[in-house]
Amino acid sequence: MNLLLLAIILAFSLSSYFFGRSEARKLVTGNIKLNALPAYYGYFLALWCGLPALIIFGGWSLFESTIIKTLILSDFSNIQSRDLFYERTLSFFNGNFSGEITNEIKVASERYAYLNNLAHNSKIALVASAIIASVVFAYKKIKNNNKARDDVEKILKILLFTSSLVAILTTLGIIASLLFESIKFFSTINIIDFLFGTSWSPQRAFVRDASTITPEEFLELKDAFGSVPLFAGTAFIALIAMCVAVPIGLFAGIYLAEYASTSVRKYSKPIIEILAGIPTVVYGFFAALTVGPFFRSLGESLGLTVSSESALAAGLIMGIMIIPYISSLSDDIINSVPQSLREGSYAIGATKSETIKKVVIPAALPGIIGSILLAVSRAIGETMIVVMAAGLAANLTINPLESTTTITTQIVMILVGDQEFDSPKTQAAFALGLTLFIATLFLNYIALRVVKKYREKYD
Amino acid sequence: MTKEERLKKRYNSEKRFKFYGILSVSLAMIFVLVLIQNIVSKGSSAFSRTTIEVDIIYNANLLEIEGPITKEALNNAEFYDLSVESILKIFPSQNAKEERQVLRLFSPDFEYEVKRVLSKKPNKINDIVPIRLTASDDVDQLNKGNFPRDLPEDRRRVSNFQLNIYDNLVEQDKIGKKFNDYFFTKGDSRDPELAGIGGSLMGSFFTIVICLILSFPIAIMASIYLEEFAPKNKITDFIEININNLAAVPSIVYGLLGLGILLSVMEFPRSTPLVAGITLSLMTLPRIIIPCRASLKAVPPSIREAALSVGASKFQTVFHHVVPLAMPGTLSGTIIGLAQALGETAPLILIGMVAFVVDIPGTPVDPSASLPVQVFLWSEQAERGFVEKTSATIMMLLGFLIVMNFIAVYLRQKFEKKWN
Repeated sequence: MNLLLLAIILAFSLSSYFFGRSEARKLVTGNIKLNALPAYYGYFLALWCGLPALIIFGGWSLFESTIIKTLILSDFSNIQSRDLFYERTLSFFNGNFSGEITNEIKVASERYAYLNNLAHNSKIALVASAIIASVVFAYKKIKNNNKARDDVEKILKILLFTSSLVAILTTLGIIASLLFESIKFFSTINIIDFLFGTSWSPQRAFVRDASTITPEEFLELKDAFGSVPLFAGTAFIALIAMCVAVPIGLFAGIYLAEYASTSVRKYSKPIIEILAGIPTVVYGFFAALTVGPFFRSLGESLGLTVSSESALAAGLIMGIMIIPYISSLSDDIINSVPQSLREGSYAIGATKSETIKKVVIPAALPGIIGSILLAVSRAIGETMIVVMAAGLAANLTINPLESTTTITTQIVMILVGDQEFDSPKTQAAFALGLTLFIATLFLNYIALRVVKKYREKYD
Repeated sequence: MTKEERLKKRYNSEKRFKFYGILSVSLAMIFVLVLIQNIVSKGSSAFSRTTIEVDIIYNANLLEIEGPITKEALNNAEFYDLSVESILKIFPSQNAKEERQVLRLFSPDFEYEVKRVLSKKPNKINDIVPIRLTASDDVDQLNKGNFPRDLPEDRRRVSNFQLNIYDNLVEQDKIGKKFNDYFFTKGDSRDPELAGIGGSLMGSFFTIVICLILSFPIAIMASIYLEEFAPKNKITDFIEININNLAAVPSIVYGLLGLGILLSVMEFPRSTPLVAGITLSLMTLPRIIIPCRASLKAVPPSIREAALSVGASKFQTVFHHVVPLAMPGTLSGTIIGLAQALGETAPLILIGMVAFVVDIPGTPVDPSASLPVQVFLWSEQAERGFVEKTSATIMMLLGFLIVMNFIAVYLRQKFEKKWN
């Protein structure tokens, strides 16, 4: 139905293009000249026909279901578990409800049928009147031989500007969705307990409405959401990853930039960059099914107890994934170090490696640090590898052979499957998301600043 | 230390340094090879499935058809009893327990496989029709050599009795291999031998198409605005900062955005490619805008000046000259962005695409999985058969990514103009 309406709007818009163009041609009589090419009159009419209708259509479709839901639920103020009730009403209305049919559900579904119908008809009426009104308006303008090209370009410029605003809207959306739930979370759980508590066991807060928590329960919840073990685990796995990625990535970057011949560079650089293009779920699978068990049996033969979900396996694989981020960026940065610096160093008799160590790297250091910071932010935001290969239980440890958990793992574990909104457990995931967002934003900001500042110096 | 010794030491350190570089590059390349070799060696066997040939006795009395045997009646008939009767004949069993073990050599779908063949052949009634039925996962893995046979019986999934039947069937040359079409056409299943990526393939397809429809036009328009029309002011700066930051936000945060806004506020249907497409397009948008802007920037100003000098308006200059010239770079940036979106898993898990969906989705608003999510789901399964299925899914996924990246590189190399 919605698709049909959309098609009708587009068809009207298309036909009004041809209509506008031919109307413009009719204007040319005697000494009257058009202010623009006839096609622009067509575009003008088509834009006016399509845009308002599409905006109304889109806005209406987005909010229709929410408004109907609020309207229906406002009639049944005495019902518990309102979302469930509404779900049941909907499935009863669609004829696939199996369960006890209460009187309220019947009434509500009749009301739903009525409102749905009303909303539908008024949407069609609104869209039709929008098309008519705007076409009449635009048609009058055409008849007066307006400056169609200028008008079309004005509309297009607004369109272009609006689409660039999507970036801001996305940021706002992220912040809003994270903050909204986090604030609810922090009204139940003290932010200090969250940030500095050392025990994480959200399953204790299972199926409980945040608004009906008793003081005893509150005390119990107080130390269920201490996220220090998660921060520590995240930092620890990221550290292992960086121990793998920084030396390999940096040396690979230096070799490719300074030593490698053009043909070696041409083939090896894309091959290394394949590592960045492989989906992380593939690394996760590899870490969980091959590397984890391998380390375990290796440990057994050495007499060590290695968890099959060890931090080492997850960190190692994450490090491999990150290698190209460091190698490519440092390669670029080393390449942009001016040749004169190297030549100066060679001229006083330094070897190539001495030049690199004493001249090139110090000159490129800010950029290299920037690239490492970007890699760190990738590592702490990385999800699938740790979900599949790192542990689920939160324990504070610095033994790489034991299992630890991370922020992203816990977000996924809390939100996978059915979640009940309004429980502190679900909200905790958003609070963790907010922490992660702020941390990565901070790292990226510093990294971009460092890289940018450095680039300006040599350009 | 003499001069010569010092020089030798410096040269040695030079050699060592260079060696570290070579070592790092080769290590990185070895990782690529090991990873791909590991996946391919585990996954390639999933493209064939083991079949067991059974002589089905087409005994119409067991079909419980009342009245004449027409095609329609055959289509509605139950073939279970008929199939079981013939299957039990492959090996003599003593009791009900052994009969169950014989049946368990076959996939639970044997009844439908028999029906598919026989209902089309009413003329064969009362004949014997040999049909190759899909073997169960255990037999499949046994046949592919993935099950060690020398373990004690209680640690094996296949009993001695079943092994005996299997060896017997091998001697009679009844065990065969067939191209695994189920893997491509079927949806998810709890039985590895019947599980396929048909559903997740469609899910991924819908997701990527929605992602493309939403992100490509918006990304191009935004980059045209920012590169060609935007005045230098605070709003423009703010937009640019936002885009750069969004490109580096972890993907799981977009999952939280989809969950918090699209699912709970706007009430979009859960687990559907529609929501996945919208969420991923928000994630891909900044990643497409950045290469789009770079390719617009690469068009030399002389093109713009030439167009303007012959009287084109600013819009005509941009849309008739700059954008077409920047198109190869724009398209390849978009394809690479979409390839990243295709491999993305974490946000999709948060918006509920991990549901167990057997049906193949027909529209973007049906619940479904996607290829990477399927990898995640199957990797959690215990059965040996899912390991090869997971690896084969990864091979498919990597195949798509390679094709997409290849197209992107080709577009850029073939059509992009080199200025200067």
